[in-house]
Amino acid sequence: MQRSPATAPTIARLIEAFHRLPGIGPKSAQRLAYHVLRAPRAEAEALSEALLEVKDSTRLCAVCQNITDADPCAVCLDPQRSDSTICVVEEPLDVAAIERAGVHRGRYHVLHGAISPMDGVGPEDLKVRELLSRLGDATVEEVILAMNPNLEGEATAGYLSRVIGAMGVRITRIAHGLPVGADVEYADERTLRAAMTHRVEVDREEGSD
Amino acid sequence: MPRIRPIRTEAIVLRQRPLGDADRICVLFSPTRGRIEAVAKGVRKPLSKMSGHVEPLSRGQFGLAQGRSLFVITDAQTLDPWSPLHDDVERMTEALAMAELVDRSTDAEVSSGPLYQLLRRSLESLASTQSPAAVRRWFTLRFLDQQGYQPELDACVRCRTEVGPEGNGYSAVDGGVVCPNCHGAGHGQRLTSPVFRLLRYMRRSSAQSTAQVRVDAQASAELERHLSMSLEQALDARLRSSSFAEDLARAETIGRSAVQSAAESEREEQRRAAI
Ligand SMILES: [Zn+2]
Ligand SMILES: [Zn+2]
Repeated sequence: MQRSPATAPTIARLIEAFHRLPGIGPKSAQRLAYHVLRAPRAEAEALSEALLEVKDSTRLCAVCQNITDADPCAVCLDPQRSDSTICVVEEPLDVAAIERAGVHRGRYHVLHGAISPMDGVGPEDLKVRELLSRLGDATVEEVILAMNPNLEGEATAGYLSRVIGAMGVRITRIAHGLPVGADVEYADERTLRAAMTHRVEVDREEGSD
Repeated sequence: MPRIRPIRTEAIVLRQRPLGDADRICVLFSPTRGRIEAVAKGVRKPLSKMSGHVEPLSRGQFGLAQGRSLFVITDAQTLDPWSPLHDDVERMTEALAMAELVDRSTDAEVSSGPLYQLLRRSLESLASTQSPAAVRRWFTLRFLDQQGYQPELDACVRCRTEVGPEGNGYSAVDGGVVCPNCHGAGHGQRLTSPVFRLLRYMRRSSAQSTAQVRVDAQASAELERHLSMSLEQALDARLRSSSFAEDLARAETIGRSAVQSAAESEREEQRRAAI
């Protein structure tokens, strides 16, 4: 990053800290740093407190490995949810997205990443062992793999299917095909093939499944 | 900034990594320009028109514009999605090993037609084969041959006498087969006659014919050892993707033992409850 000698070292340090955040380029980092500099002291205090609190009071749920401030987390403790299905996702944000859609009433498991063979990221770098320990008894009847439809997601789903398959638990994978709002014209072959394979009857009444 | 004409090229996508919030850097391998790093903008957004066309382990036609430091992909059209390499994790693992090998051993802006053809043919064979590991081993031998590490299979690498099929050794360090005399003197690992014959067969046959040769588990393990030692010697490193291949081979055992340990802890609990 370019830094002019006129920048005070304390400001430079703050710019660098912002620059390290994902999606923040050198220009945005500068803008954020000068915003903090000009803002009232209370605002800076609130920011620094929020930063420290998130580090001090959040941890991983011992059951589902999602980020939580109470362990076990609210989803794991919810008696309304079914214990018989676990939806496995790559990241905590994926749980949030599926919850917003309200399409899953079972439990979750967060892997905290995906297998990436060429980067040397393997199953032992993810929360796989923790997942397997939840499948030992007969409570869980189905594991839903909700990995991203890309190479890392496919490697992860392929590996988990082998392990969990050997445990005799039913495995399903969320369907992929065309996203809402997409054009058939621009879809790639693999997406179209997936969309064709998972096609559904149209003469059924809505919501009657 | 001087205006540079955009490039059109066919390429195989070797790998990707995320860039910022929505973009990816794709490593492309082109027959005329070698390894190219190019940004695919916006492909991590769900409605990206490009995302399905820049997936690793596919072949496509790309338009590239010179950006400030990297190329930017202006358009991408898949020519060959190689779906079986994505749908089957074993094929995928072998394909990734090939892609990693090419990724590590090619430079930017160096024409690499023969290696491109080798990779393309091998990925095509891999997409249709029933023996993914055999195709990848064939690729490995041909890769070594092409890159100038050609393992010697005719004369002893220590004393230069011509070798027969029996009693030989294989020395990755010395670069090939070791005659029975030199092997007896402690040089090389044991090279059984079926594996010796198979290596020579692989050198003169196609990937498809090699994949059809029946090889027992012991011989494949031996072949794998010799080839991976030669490869490590050539690369001076181990392939990262090979540890996933090992994880995958252990997957079912891990699953079965997880069931066993759960059953044991349940029995243990029952025992404690009974006391
Ligand atoms: Zn939880
Ligand atoms: Zn000799």
